[in-house]
Amino acid sequence: MSQSAVDVPPKGGFSFDMCKRNDMLIQKGLKAPSFLKTGTTIVGLIFQDGVILGADTRATEGPIVADKNCEKIHYMAPNIYCCGAGTAADTEAVTDMVSSQLRLHRYQTGRDSRVITALTLLKKHLFSYQGHVSAALVLGGVDITGPHLHTIYPHGSTDTLPFATMGSGSLAAMSVFEAKYKEGLTRDEGIKLVAEAICSGIFNDLGSGSNVDICVITKGNKEYLRNYMEPNPRTYVSSKGYSFTKKTEVLLTKITPLMERVEITEVGGEAMEE
Amino acid sequence: MSIFEYNGSAVVAMVGKNCFAIASDRRLGVQLQTIATDFQRIFKIHDHLFIGLSGLATDVQTLYQRLVFRHKLYQLREERDMKPDTFASLVSAILYEKRFGPYLCQPVIAGLGEDNKPFICTMDSIGAKELAKDFVVSGTASESLYGACEAMYKPDMEAEELFETISQALLSSVDRDCLSGWGGHVYVVTPNEVKERILKGRMD
Repeated sequence: MSQSAVDVPPKGGFSFDMCKRNDMLIQKGLKAPSFLKTGTTIVGLIFQDGVILGADTRATEGPIVADKNCEKIHYMAPNIYCCGAGTAADTEAVTDMVSSQLRLHRYQTGRDSRVITALTLLKKHLFSYQGHVSAALVLGGVDITGPHLHTIYPHGSTDTLPFATMGSGSLAAMSVFEAKYKEGLTRDEGIKLVAEAICSGIFNDLGSGSNVDICVITKGNKEYLRNYMEPNPRTYVSSKGYSFTKKTEVLLTKITPLMERVEITEVGGEAMEE
Repeated sequence: MSIFEYNGSAVVAMVGKNCFAIASDRRLGVQLQTIATDFQRIFKIHDHLFIGLSGLATDVQTLYQRLVFRHKLYQLREERDMKPDTFASLVSAILYEKRFGPYLCQPVIAGLGEDNKPFICTMDSIGAKELAKDFVVSGTASESLYGACEAMYKPDMEAEELFETISQALLSSVDRDCLSGWGGHVYVVTPNEVKERILKGRMD
């Protein structure tokens, strides 16, 4: 047998075996699918004792709001977090992948991860896929060398900045930063500025919306403020709920009762007699 | 026309009080021509875990076979069933592996986790997880399903009320979608019972 007949779990990496078929379908006039995007506002800034990251919480699929409260600030290491914009699956996968590489590296070296390590791993991956893995990231963290903030573009280029914005709402957010950012902000001033920048993305960019998530990273400490602000609560909830006049017509009902889970406890029985 | 519109589909899942419901339409078509009216899009992984796959029917069946295979391997190795969130990660990984030539379907995963806590989640065709507390939808009727669920859903419903809500949401949504319909298939799962019902719908 030249090839294994069973489909064993793969070791990793992308599989391209359906590209040809999907291309054939596209050739036949069927359109390729659209993916879940985070048409996002993500920002970050350096303040007097660390880094603050911020994000909105809207995920879109074309013009449809697919998720009103998604998480865009991803964990990389205890002292490093990363905001993601672009194709949702790519930002999620790329940050998860690098986060696990960082953890293995910490186990091997016994030292805290550095932001530059995360940056290098991310840009290496993105560059090797030449922009086809469309993740635009804002990477922030505090390590032994101090606070760091970087932006990473889908093609693998990076910037090192005191304040940064990314995603479709980046212009709206950057206008706030350009007007109000200064060096040596206090923690409260920093959080307020980040929240304001995200809000300007939420209200002026259609790809961004819902709530504000914030992550404050300082030396040896971090604070993840999920839904720090909720400027867009639901206004149309009926207190009574919806009542139905007519019962649904059921053609067939099949009820499968499930077995009770039996707990098996091993009793330490006497040893068998000789 | 999008590839997702080739066969037509509607899948929805909702969370109730210690229970969940997952429902789909029953049509299989080739564009506007109906081929079958008893097509299955919801599959059981184990007693407390179901997956609904909308999109291209051939990939629905292929993907389902791969998922069952992987779940059986897990059962053999671990001697237990997979938790819903673990299963969601598995589906996501399988889909993302084919990032540049994806399976053309969007899964909806619903299950009861530890302490009978309901779990629902949906994904796009390359495995971007979208977790929700209330309801998730996918398929060609997803736009109308969003509207119907947003209006009809309320938190902490009991099994019977949940069934009525999800059925009404499904039926009213597929009536506004040419490509899905022909009745519905609803599973309501509580900790000690699975109720499977076939719904009557418009046949046009």
